Amino acid sequence: MSTLAETSSGPIVINGVPLREQLSKAEHKKKMTALFLVAPLLIFIVITFIVPIGNMLWRSVDNPRMVSLMPHLVEALNEWDGKELPPESLFQTAFEEIKKNIETNDIGKVATHVNYNLAGARSLFVKSKRKFKKITAPPYREQMIAADKRWGEIKTWQIIKAVSVPITGAYFLNAVDKTLNAEGEIVNQPESKRIYVTLFIRTLWVSTLVTLLTLIIGYPIAYLISTTPPRISNLLIIMVLLPFWTSLLVRTTSWIVLLQTQGVLNDMMVWIGVVSEEGRIQMIYNLNGTLVAMTQILLPFMVLPMYSVMKTIPLSQLRASQSLGANPFRTFFKIFWPQSIPGIGAGGLLVFVLSVGYYITPALVGGSSGQMISNQIAFHMRNSLNWGLAASLGTIMLVGVLLLYWLYDRVVGIDNMKLG
Amino acid sequence: MAENNNDAYVRFENVQKSYDGEILVVKNFNLDVQSGEFLTMLGPSGSGKTTCLMMLAGFETATSGEISLDGEPINNVPPWKREIGMVFQNYALFPHLSVFENLAYPLIVRKMSKSEIDQRVKKALDMVQLGAFGGRRPGQLSGGQQQRVAVARALVFEPKLVLMDEPLGALDKQLREQMQYEIKHIHENLGVTVVYVTHDQSEALTMSNRVCVFDDGVVQQLAPPAELYEKPVNSFVAQFIGENNTLHGEVVGVDGENCDVKLDTGEVMNALAVNIDGVGSKTTLSLRPERVTISPEEGSCRNNVQAEVRELIYLGDHIRARLALCGQEEFIVKVPNSATHSHLVEGETTTVGWQSSDCRALDPQT
Repeated sequence: MSTLAETSSGPIVINGVPLREQLSKAEHKKKMTALFLVAPLLIFIVITFIVPIGNMLWRSVDNPRMVSLMPHLVEALNEWDGKELPPESLFQTAFEEIKKNIETNDIGKVATHVNYNLAGARSLFVKSKRKFKKITAPPYREQMIAADKRWGEIKTWQIIKAVSVPITGAYFLNAVDKTLNAEGEIVNQPESKRIYVTLFIRTLWVSTLVTLLTLIIGYPIAYLISTTPPRISNLLIIMVLLPFWTSLLVRTTSWIVLLQTQGVLNDMMVWIGVVSEEGRIQMIYNLNGTLVAMTQILLPFMVLPMYSVMKTIPLSQLRASQSLGANPFRTFFKIFWPQSIPGIGAGGLLVFVLSVGYYITPALVGGSSGQMISNQIAFHMRNSLNWGLAASLGTIMLVGVLLLYWLYDRVVGIDNMKLG
Repeated sequence: MAENNNDAYVRFENVQKSYDGEILVVKNFNLDVQSGEFLTMLGPSGSGKTTCLMMLAGFETATSGEISLDGEPINNVPPWKREIGMVFQNYALFPHLSVFENLAYPLIVRKMSKSEIDQRVKKALDMVQLGAFGGRRPGQLSGGQQQRVAVARALVFEPKLVLMDEPLGALDKQLREQMQYEIKHIHENLGVTVVYVTHDQSEALTMSNRVCVFDDGVVQQLAPPAELYEKPVNSFVAQFIGENNTLHGEVVGVDGENCDVKLDTGEVMNALAVNIDGVGSKTTLSLRPERVTISPEEGSCRNNVQAEVRELIYLGDHIRARLALCGQEEFIVKVPNSATHSHLVEGETTTVGWQSSDCRALDPQT
């Protein structure tokens, strides 16, 4: 039999245990049960989402190559002040490390790594590989300089030191078309190497255009679906969703068939006589191709959120507006349109974020003028193997999108399904 | 039941409505609404009353027939030009506008000046006792308050005709009854013509000047509430409005306004011949519970029978007695809870009686 003892000026106690304690125990148990049920999904998300993204973020600043292959040299360079040519001891350390890497066949990796920032580094290491076989005893400094005079240039050592820091901002600099010169200042890359800022701007521009196009095309579709009787609206919804059931690759390549210079559209135009045989319009493998294909592919992502919001606008409000004297145009602009804006925001955000990261479509139909930042990231992942640069480009994109999301939340509000 | 009255503000003339071209949802509807009248269209779901209202508002078109407003046919006039105020079942307030803006909406459409808008909106809000709520959003109001805003919005531009489509359906009982009185008083103060649709017969009786009872697309009876209640012209109306005791039998004699009906159990009753087909035809007798007297004085009632008390339910102000007589197990008598009245006991047999004029012989119920 439990007794509820209430002290005159204290907490409630049941059977000798404070009620508060019992309550917190019960709450704790509930929380643990909930956590246990959610655990599988949580682990899944952590493994497939958080870990890879964290890994990517880390790679954009991680610089392990030199530290892992030439740890002693890195240490020695750390102590060197960089103002004059390094001392003999450092040259010795360098020689030993280079020899070691030649034996383990890792020298190529070192060469490539240094080459990112020091033009000609590959040839330097290749030449040194050959010539260092003859060096067997100190003094190393003179012999190394004799083997290749670049070892006597302070710039060489400054750059090797710069690329050896375990945590580096070099990739991020590179990603925005800047670099560190020999003196350690941030300067612009040479003209021919400046591509990323242009690409970022183009990516944002294309995404904005695609968002606008899908909005203009999608709004009437969503409006029709939400205001027509089920017989018609069901048909329209199927037509919007049908592309989802076909492969993305198929959809993209079918645009190639339609738009290419020898394709269906051009053939038709020549046949009608709008263009001459020689004057066929290039509608694909350029920015135009990217725009058209992406608009079509991302259209459902705009239509469906807008439709779901429009569906919540009661038709009785439109009737009420008419009964109060407003004609259909006024009713649309004053009553329907303001309440549909949250749907536009949701659809617009979705389409924009998706198109910023789009890869396949620009890769297939974008040509060179239709390339987006994602294509460069893929290039660095697969071809140039500059994963640090790929990661920093990706990080910049991620931060940009998060910023946009935050901005949208501030202005419109993610939970805001009604204006006010 | 067409009335050839030249004062008719709203007139439905031979109006029919079909959605699929085969089934008539509204069959040959004729109605005249007087200027300033409060007319209720009453009927069960699917009886066609809302469809008629929508045709009047302009959101449905009549398949045939003519609808006219103040003498002008409006079949082809779009809803936004009809100058009719309307209150919808779910209020249909604009959630992205404030209460003030909701009310100002029809005035802005009519291009009124700002000061005039301010004045009229204030007046309309005061009329529904929501003067301080102008700055709120509909989402911040209770159901009753929203409903009052809807009523104010339908009246703010001073239309001659206001339509209401079951506006009180979503409110709880007490609030509903309070709103019924408020709407009735607004109607009396403003003198607008109101056409009201409901399926709640007590609501119809409370508020209306006349009630039009619908069933299956056809008007059953059009009359003021008292007449509807006390003199229903057929079984549907008798059973739909108020409580109704039914006895089944056959007409055995007709004598002027009255007739003699032999019940299935043998007794012969004398009743008003309201809706019978003549001698030999089947009929259903309709009797209101409050017109039945328990233990009547000798000779005071024309019709008397023995009844057994089956059940007594105490309802505060009256006792609901369920009796068994003449083959009818569900004969209801309402006994007022006054000190002078006879005290019934369950299981006992007693005498009940009623006058011929209170017993109406109507069409036989199938």
